Amino acid sequence: MAEHRDTGTTIERTPGIGEDADGFPAPTGGPEGHLRPGDGGGSDGPGGSGDGSGGSGDGSGDDGPAGSGSFGGAREPGARGALTWLGREVLGWGRWYWRQLTSMRTALILLFLLALASIPGSLIPQETGNPAVLADFHARHGTLAAVYERLQLFNVYSSVWFSAIYILLFVSLIGCIVPRTWQFIGQLRSRPPRAPRRLDRMPASVRWRTDAEPAAVLEAAHGELRRRRFRTVREGDADGGGPVGATGTAGAHPGAVAAEKGYLREAGNLLFHVALVVMLIAFAAGQLYRSEGGKLIVVGSGFTNTLTQYDDFGSGALFDIGELERFRFDLDGFHASFAREGPDLGTPREFRADVTYWRDGDTEGTEAAIEVNHPLTVGDAKVYLISHGFAPVVTVTDGQGETAFTGPVPFLPQDMAGTATGVIKVTDYLDENGEPDQLGFQGIFSPTYRITADRGPHSSFPDPDHPVLTLTAYRGNLGLNAGIPQNVYQLDTSRMEQFLDASGEPRRISMEPGDTWELPDGKGSLTFEGFERWAGFQISTPAANGWALAGAVGAVLGLAASLLIQRRRVWVRTTVGPDGRTLVEMGSLGRTESSRIPEELGELAAVLSRRAPALPDDAEPAPTGGGDAAGPVPATVTGTTVGDAADGDGSAVSRPATATGDADTAAGGAPAPRAPSDPTHDDPAGPPGHPADPVGDTDSGGADSTRDRKEKSRDA
Amino acid sequence: MLDADPGLADYGKLLVYSAMAVYVLAFLAYIAEWAFGSRSRVARTAAALAPTATGGAGSGDSGTSADTASGKAGGAVPAVTVRRGGATSSVLERPTVVTRSGAVGRDDVPDGPGAAAGDERGDLYGRIAVSLTVLAFLLHLGGVVLRAVAVQRAPWANMYEFSTTFSMVAVAGFLGFMLAGRNVRWLGLPLVTTVLLDLGLAVTVLYTESDQLPPALQSVWMWIHVSLAIVCGAMFYLGAVATVAFLFRDRYEAKLLAGGTPGRVAESVLERLPSSVSLDRFAYRINAVVFPLWTFTIIAGAIWAENAWGRYWGWDPKEVWSFITWLGYAAYLHARATAGWRGRKAAYLAIFAFLCFLFNYYGVNMFVDSLHSYAGVD
Ligand code: HEM
Repeated sequence: MAEHRDTGTTIERTPGIGEDADGFPAPTGGPEGHLRPGDGGGSDGPGGSGDGSGGSGDGSGDDGPAGSGSFGGAREPGARGALTWLGREVLGWGRWYWRQLTSMRTALILLFLLALASIPGSLIPQETGNPAVLADFHARHGTLAAVYERLQLFNVYSSVWFSAIYILLFVSLIGCIVPRTWQFIGQLRSRPPRAPRRLDRMPASVRWRTDAEPAAVLEAAHGELRRRRFRTVREGDADGGGPVGATGTAGAHPGAVAAEKGYLREAGNLLFHVALVVMLIAFAAGQLYRSEGGKLIVVGSGFTNTLTQYDDFGSGALFDIGELERFRFDLDGFHASFAREGPDLGTPREFRADVTYWRDGDTEGTEAAIEVNHPLTVGDAKVYLISHGFAPVVTVTDGQGETAFTGPVPFLPQDMAGTATGVIKVTDYLDENGEPDQLGFQGIFSPTYRITADRGPHSSFPDPDHPVLTLTAYRGNLGLNAGIPQNVYQLDTSRMEQFLDASGEPRRISMEPGDTWELPDGKGSLTFEGFERWAGFQISTPAANGWALAGAVGAVLGLAASLLIQRRRVWVRTTVGPDGRTLVEMGSLGRTESSRIPEELGELAAVLSRRAPALPDDAEPAPTGGGDAAGPVPATVTGTTVGDAADGDGSAVSRPATATGDADTAAGGAPAPRAPSDPTHDDPAGPPGHPADPVGDTDSGGADSTRDRKEKSRDA
Repeated sequence: MLDADPGLADYGKLLVYSAMAVYVLAFLAYIAEWAFGSRSRVARTAAALAPTATGGAGSGDSGTSADTASGKAGGAVPAVTVRRGGATSSVLERPTVVTRSGAVGRDDVPDGPGAAAGDERGDLYGRIAVSLTVLAFLLHLGGVVLRAVAVQRAPWANMYEFSTTFSMVAVAGFLGFMLAGRNVRWLGLPLVTTVLLDLGLAVTVLYTESDQLPPALQSVWMWIHVSLAIVCGAMFYLGAVATVAFLFRDRYEAKLLAGGTPGRVAESVLERLPSSVSLDRFAYRINAVVFPLWTFTIIAGAIWAENAWGRYWGWDPKEVWSFITWLGYAAYLHARATAGWRGRKAAYLAIFAFLCFLFNYYGVNMFVDSLHSYAGVD
């Protein structure tokens, strides 16, 4: 039990990180070992591995002998005891869930789930997408559509399950960022951790012997590291020696320089994760506060930005209609050009809408051109050009010879060649007897007319080279009085009767500009006067776009710093060997493996070895050295793997140092080559304040000491 | 606006065909390299993993014949001697940097000697293959450039152009790594194979006559977005090949470590690849460098979408799959920092992410109704 509570407290200091307190390789088997999937099946409850009480649920206190709580101790008798117990349980489990949620593994799984959850929305037609495709899907897969509907598969990105995943992910993210930020600040204030005992266990290490003075070597190393803008600390030599060095002798002057660089990496990583939160908030705010509407405008007419003028309008839940930017604009002209030859005959080359706009209070209009990639910005509003087409201009006279309707009627393009369909509804109409009636025309406008047996009348090119309007006509009740809003582009013919020709077929007339169709029985006529162009605009008031952009820029910068900068530590230690020569040892440790870390160490070593030239392995003992130079000294011990395979975790590939148990402290650690007498233990005059294991750097700041504790516990 | 010049475009296509012919020759030469290399038996992995191995005490001295054959193995062999700075001649022995990775017992596994495995004829064929690859690349480049000149715009507005440019950049990346002295010659065969497939698809199924851009595609952001997408895709591809190789090689080493005997073919092929540690590291570095670029690519796309459609994110299938790809790589990067997920599981995530990238390109364009259809945006 005590063990579990211990675990709890340890984790509390490093919540959310699952791995390593300050980003340096954490050992397996550390304080959080039991939370990892790799060792021991993962999520056993806080009650912990193997004691059986861990699974007892949420601590509702339903059962069992008093004192069987998962979080410590006996349950005192009485109501108060029960209450305390309950509180402890709830708190404990709460903490446990929080830790799980903010662990790296959960973040990873949620990321992956979010990726999977995004997939159906791209394959199933969405309500936010093309309505025709969606309708088609419903028509073709009736039962399936019903199932999909229930699963919110037509609305994936606002569905409950999709939202649940990303909300959890972002809660996890925030739960992760906050403690990491504190830790990072702690690290910024602390000193680089002290040199580990065995530098040759570091992911990159180098050692050589030299005749140079230890102090001079350290001085040079310190200077060089500073010059390279490492944070450095000198240790050991100031107080005349410390428990460092594997091969030193008592009374020598071992000392070390510890250095660290690349804090920007963590800063970048934090910036990136914070930027993600900013982006999410900006996106959400954008959805809530934006508004967007469409308006189709025929050349020569205009639009005022008020709700009633929109053809369709939608806005986020928190958008205030009163906030609509006050302006109006006229569409003065529309230009379209299309490829007239070549492989993509008929594909668009250029669209341009020439407009004049007036802001609130303007007396003079401002001219502007709106193109596909160049919206017009007026204050908060942006006007986009999104569609275009033709509007045949027709005049209808009724049975009494009066003009019942005149003007352009926008037709909607159906294909790339501009074939457009539309309807003309005539409501103010008197028939040949003077009785009120209604007329409806259904038609096709072809900018460049062509008729074939299989397709009927259609257009073969989007420019108006040979404009023809093809119509059929109905009379009767247009159904406009039913109170149901009607689509202006569709004709409800259920209560209308079609004009037929002599053979009983629907009468269909194709007209060129200027042509007039006389309806039978003196019911009036329709004249095709010509055509206008129209353009469709989307007027939107985006919200929080600036924040989204700022978040995006922050994310990229943060990522670049986080992935391209290496945080690394370098240690340099000098010891005087039994032969009186100075042994220089250097080691470096990076958070991820990078080719540059060993390379940098190599450069440092090259620089240093100019000041402290390396001696060949078999150099004579220095004449002035400490006289007890006995026995062969292992001069260049490179990687030692004895005993490593036993304590590593089987799946580790990329973590430096996972398998590098410090042979000195490892229980039953294999005898790494080292001098028979370890000065650490033999030197009774070891100054106080220097623990026997220098890895456990007691005087560094909080976060670092957490890491060090981990390293230590790995070592132990 | 001037119209496309079909004549030039035809020459461009001709160059692409010639490039394909040369790639075929390079392909054959790579095959020959591998074939000759299989004659020499190099079982260095097994030796390094043998329980009695004393931990590569001699790994400092590179220079066995096998090492030389593998070329410079930047940072991949357990011991790297970094030679920098004007060392004075008085230095008798240069300090040697010893590197260790965290992989259990894998530290001392040397990189394979490469496809030729030290066989002289094999090496000769390997060199010929690389030279042919360079030649084919130049023709390929010429084809892409002529296409660009013919259409007077960046050559990546439709799937034909995107595909040819994509494989060209992948080959450029490969040659770049070769130039930088990376141990990547083994990549030649899989790369050239897929480049041939890609170009084959491009000139047949995907071919589109040269054309001008519809208005929706006329934007600087489109330039940035698409060119970056191509670079990211090509680099992710190299990373994915290395990841697949890692998975095989990792299994192979694990088997040896467990005392098993791998099949003969597996041994012959895998023994010549770089070690699993090197492959993993190579793939990670590519993915880690490309990921910020990919993030920026998506952002550039969002800015463009905001200009063209009035919203920067609309869950269009193309956007969704970019997002999925992005999440996939983010999961991969997270996995590499999570105990129990490092290694193989992370590698599977990387492959998943790359497949998403591929689907985004081929799948979405061909099977899904999307605003981003490359022809005719209205
Ligand atoms: C929206 C979700 C998230 C995304 C897209 C994301 C993305 C990333 C990426 C791309 C990296 C790689 C940068 C690097 O390796 O330095 C990274 C690193 C990291 N993330 Fe996240 N992350 C997300 C959520 C989280 C959460 C919830 C946590 C907390 C558990 C977290 C903790 C970390 C840590 C500790 C690293 C550093 C790992 C390392 O550098 O090896 N992330 N994240």
